[in-house]
Amino acid sequence: MELMPVYFGILLISSFLCLYRIGHGPTVPDRIVGTDILGIVVVGFSALMALSTGQDFYITVGLAWTLLSFIGTLALAKFLEGRGFDE
Amino acid sequence: MSEILGNILIGIGALFVLFGTVGLVRLPDLYNRLQAATKCATLGTCSILLGVIVNRGLSAVSMKALLCIIFILLTSPTAAHALARAAHISGVKLWNKSVCDQYAEDNDRKEETTK
Amino acid sequence: MARKFFSYFCISYLFWLLLYWPFGVDRIASLQGLLVGVPVAFLVTLLFGGVFARQPEKIFQAKRYFWFLYYVPVFIYYCVLANLDVAYRVLSPEMPINPGIVKVKTSLRSRSGLTALANSITLTPGTMSVDLTEDGYIYIHWINVQTQDVEKASELIVRPFEKILKRIFE
Repeated sequence: MELMPVYFGILLISSFLCLYRIGHGPTVPDRIVGTDILGIVVVGFSALMALSTGQDFYITVGLAWTLLSFIGTLALAKFLEGRGFDE
Repeated sequence: MSEILGNILIGIGALFVLFGTVGLVRLPDLYNRLQAATKCATLGTCSILLGVIVNRGLSAVSMKALLCIIFILLTSPTAAHALARAAHISGVKLWNKSVCDQYAEDNDRKEETTK
Repeated sequence: MARKFFSYFCISYLFWLLLYWPFGVDRIASLQGLLVGVPVAFLVTLLFGGVFARQPEKIFQAKRYFWFLYYVPVFIYYCVLANLDVAYRVLSPEMPINPGIVKVKTSLRSRSGLTALANSITLTPGTMSVDLTEDGYIYIHWINVQTQDVEKASELIVRPFEKILKRIFE
């Protein structure tokens, strides 16, 4: 039984729900939350890609994506607080 | 055997990610959304990566997935924490049915004493 | 000083090993990976050694690792419980939530310990840390507020982790 398309479908629905929150979020922090969670979902996506295609570099993409998404969220949070990026 | 176990772990992870993002859409205010989504997406993605590790056994991919799990467990709660603090400082209100907000009370008290 | 440098070097080299994983079939590539790791870890230690942990010699105390091993299953148990809890709250039609921000007190003081505590609180049932003050209070967003008293809330939220984290990080 081939389950991989089902997993991809579930993660795709999740990403679309995140996109809904990014598009409709009533406040700016809501949109940032959507972006943050989308970043984590994409890491799961790339792990599944690594498993289903057998290409190992996808997991490295996920590793880099984790850290970049974290730094991006932190920068946006600091921007929201009204502080400089160097504090 | 390890393939079946890996598939089960990945399935659980994908379902939890779905629950988390449903929470992201359904819950009423920013703090609840952040809470539900961070918890579920973190454990869900970790479970998916764990499924990859179980599937592949001891190899370079598994080690990178392990590093990825460590990074996610360290960074995702920290990002949520920074975001919640920033949102509270920038003036996002709690849901109108919330019980209490001792953080805002203490901040008000501090401002009064410094004035 | 030398001891500090050595512990930073060990951490960096361990990270390099995990990233490169030079224990495959190809002997020459393996040797290459092991050797290239040494100057890379040395350079990283030289450049960024002063930025991170304050007391790196703690990583050589074996007792802390046993407590860490004990902490992992506890953490996973609470984490899974948290996810089932969130799934129940999100999926039930009337959404049984009762949110609020409460204040708890902790006796942990070291920076890494407080970070680990805040992260654990965020990943466990119904709670998320919002802010941390210098005198040991943590503000927590609680999805289902049971008590507004500082002592009782600390008892409910912080105690299960604090006991173990104190032995790991302090």
